[in-house]
Amino acid sequence: MKFLCVECDQQMAFGERQLPGDGTLAATFKCPKCGRVVAMLTNPMETQLVSSLGVEIGGRTVPAEPFEMMNTMVVTGGPAWSSDAQERLSRVPNFVRGMVKKIYADYAKERGIAEITPAVMDTARSELGLEGM
Amino acid sequence: MRTYHQLTDPDRSGLADQIGAQRRRVAERLASVGRIVAVMSGKGGVGKSYVTANLARALARAGKPVGVLDADLNGPTIPRLLETPHAARRTSPDGVEPATGLDGVKCISMAMLLEDGAPLDFKGPAAESFVWRGAMEASALRELLGDVAWGELDALLLDLPPGMQRYIELCDILGSPPPVLTVTIPTPESRDAVRRAMRAAVDRGSELLGIVENMVGGELKGSAGDELAQEFGVPVLARIPWHPTPDTWSALGSRL
Repeated sequence: MKFLCVECDQQMAFGERQLPGDGTLAATFKCPKCGRVVAMLTNPMETQLVSSLGVEIGGRTVPAEPFEMMNTMVVTGGPAWSSDAQERLSRVPNFVRGMVKKIYADYAKERGIAEITPAVMDTARSELGLEGM
Repeated sequence: MRTYHQLTDPDRSGLADQIGAQRRRVAERLASVGRIVAVMSGKGGVGKSYVTANLARALARAGKPVGVLDADLNGPTIPRLLETPHAARRTSPDGVEPATGLDGVKCISMAMLLEDGAPLDFKGPAAESFVWRGAMEASALRELLGDVAWGELDALLLDLPPGMQRYIELCDILGSPPPVLTVTIPTPESRDAVRRAMRAAVDRGSELLGIVENMVGGELKGSAGDELAQEFGVPVLARIPWHPTPDTWSALGSRL
């Protein structure tokens, strides 16, 4: 995917990528000659199509983790994770992330909590004595 | 206005490079696998998974390290056939640890990621999900191929679902068509469906290893195995009766 500043006849440079958390994606591109910035905005279906290929707009900075797509996109039947909670979970080291995720999911399931949020994670850590996870 | 290929600066997203990296990851992972065999059929309900699991067990009993990748993402049955525990798999920096089933057969399956009885579903917009669901399933297959720490294997058996879609995805992900073991039952209906699958495999360039005729000797009438073998010039490697013994499977393993 490339963007062309038609007026300057210059290929625009990728700027940044944003994931607002509502299934959409925003990526900015800047013309190196005139400085014009444009944003590419994709709807949830378009974003999903890109995600389904296991690629990232703007390029990858780190290699994909094992089962990265499946761990994030397959519905496992457990509680939903808010985008903030997902972001926080993503900071857990990969080799224990699955275990940590299961602890929180089991905690929520036992209490009938439909969505795991950072507040739920804080409460679970406190109740289960998992400070530091 | 210039076209895509006239813009010479690299695509910052490097989507083609990312796809290339995915394929290299699969190739590197499977470098420790002696041979890959796709077990397929154009017909559902002929016993592909049953044949796959028991063939794997026979190979394992013969002292060969063997793995099974359950590529039937929507109807996974291999964990039950190999009696592996229903539990999430541990992930190490080397990859996802496969489960170990009967006779030491290693296996991985979508069933291990889903709650017991839950259908495979993906997060995402429900409307027009057919647009992206196929790509999701292909990505899942790619991750099963590229992210499991099998270790050294003599053989990796791929249990494919009915139809050709997963086989075609497999060819694309592997970069070359895998050898194919075909399973049929004796009936003419099965023969017709399996013929299409074998033709597609030949057209793609797969080596046809042979035919396993399953459910022989009962109420199912016909000679699909012999007819397909003659048509495609391949052997009938085994005729599996309704009540096979371990020797039945060992004989198949020795002929593969």
